[in-house]
Amino acid sequence: MAEFLSLHDAVARYVEDGATLAMEGFTHLIPFAAGHEVIRQRKRDLTLIRMTPDLLYDQMIGAGCAKRLIFSWGGNPGVGSLHRLRDAVEKGYPYPVEIFEHSHAAMACAFEAGAAGLPLAVLRGYVGSDLPKVNSQIKFIECPFSGERLAAVPSIRPDVGIVHAQRADRRGNVLVEGIVGVQKEVVLAAGRSIVTVEEVVDDLAAGPNACVIPAWAIDAISVTKHGAYPSYAHGYYPRDNAFYKAWDAIARDRDAFDVWLQDNVFTQGDDT
Amino acid sequence: MSDRYTAAEMMTVTASRALSNGSTCFVGIGLPSEAANLARLTHAPEVVLIYESGTLQTKPDVLPLSIGDGELCETALTTVSVPEMFRYWLQGGHVDVGFLGTAQIDRYCNLNTTLIGDYREPKVRLPGGGGAPEIATNAREVFITVKHSTRTFVEAVDFVTTVGFGRDGTARDGVPNIGRGPTRVITDLCVMKPDAETKDLVVISLHPGVTREQVREATGWEIRFAEVLESTPEPDDNELTILRELKARTDRHHAGGQAADQTDRGSKA
Repeated sequence: MAEFLSLHDAVARYVEDGATLAMEGFTHLIPFAAGHEVIRQRKRDLTLIRMTPDLLYDQMIGAGCAKRLIFSWGGNPGVGSLHRLRDAVEKGYPYPVEIFEHSHAAMACAFEAGAAGLPLAVLRGYVGSDLPKVNSQIKFIECPFSGERLAAVPSIRPDVGIVHAQRADRRGNVLVEGIVGVQKEVVLAAGRSIVTVEEVVDDLAAGPNACVIPAWAIDAISVTKHGAYPSYAHGYYPRDNAFYKAWDAIARDRDAFDVWLQDNVFTQGDDT
Repeated sequence: MSDRYTAAEMMTVTASRALSNGSTCFVGIGLPSEAANLARLTHAPEVVLIYESGTLQTKPDVLPLSIGDGELCETALTTVSVPEMFRYWLQGGHVDVGFLGTAQIDRYCNLNTTLIGDYREPKVRLPGGGGAPEIATNAREVFITVKHSTRTFVEAVDFVTTVGFGRDGTARDGVPNIGRGPTRVITDLCVMKPDAETKDLVVISLHPGVTREQVREATGWEIRFAEVLESTPEPDDNELTILRELKARTDRHHAGGQAADQTDRGSKA
């Protein structure tokens, strides 16, 4: 049953060094505030999982939280590279990061299979691609009924899943609106889940087919206003495209990044 | 080249004309998105645009900066989860055209968006595959639009992120439930199509004012030309006006797309 915790306490309780951690949100509802809390608590040796690492994992990798990354598209959308990720992959700074690279279809299927409690996902994918040559997580199997050759990837069942959503009711039921990505899949696939929300309301006002995650499927809820900024929260605030563009210059330079981290992460948060 | 339009406009308009009205198109970000929306705003008002963020039948007023911009969701018929997008709508066989860009392309239309150099020691690390590997095999056919240069059009891609016809042109042979693959490549110089037999790219149409020599110089292999080489039709005034308005709207939107209550937040989260 969902317990309302401060972001600090939720991360301190559930995210351990060495954990596999999936923080999702497909361009929309990226849990930046939670990621910054992970950085502040100096978590180390994490296996980070996200379809699009985005600025969030660029920041967490640059801050030294990660030893491994599982992903399917590692750019700054509409802008260019993720320079902290590249520095880690190309030069091992601040630490080497081992990468397992997929396609979106495979990762989406792997999250869904994780939510379904299955050990693997099957898809009609990776035909003719070199990705299976460099990622040992991609195999091919034969359909026992048709004989068709299909791709198989291990399901994603992270130790901890973190997502951001618009709102929770007072019992801890959560409503996700807009681009829902793999939000529900991550929560259900994870051993422990933390959901940050913009606000708590008396009534979710959810339609019968809305994307609602019940309180009893969530471990912790942290009320975190602007928790997805500089990505966006549909109905609350827009994506800060100017910041995504400005990030390029910050992330290109190790010193500029360290200054940014100090000013915007380490000196922020519950306990400052 | 004309003083009425730029080479980039020629490319976008030509790419937009490739999309037929009523077709269903899975759209990549960047040039494909620009072309697909121009098609929707001109000759193909009933074209169905799908983006991998789960936005089905979307009609954005401005071009998205990212694949998951709120604009795509707000103007969509409906928005589904990302697993549903890839499993039901793409793999399930509901997409006519996958419209892709790329960093590198070779004579067999293999696409590389992963890296330049060696995988374990890359010279330049690129973003990776995203949706493209499965768009290219599960859509009925694939259009590719990209600026023409020897950096992009290479003899052999450093990495096959997304298959065209494989290293020898036969990667789709005998594979069940696979799309036709790339059927045209539109650049700022010309239009190319894979040879029906060998699958290597052949220039079928030169844009007005472009010479064979220019195409040869911008291509990293000995490119073939069709026996009957056509001249690509020029953009008309309506297409140019709508394209320029779309781009101006987009620039204004992304420059001022920040809510007033966040301007004082700077880079803080």
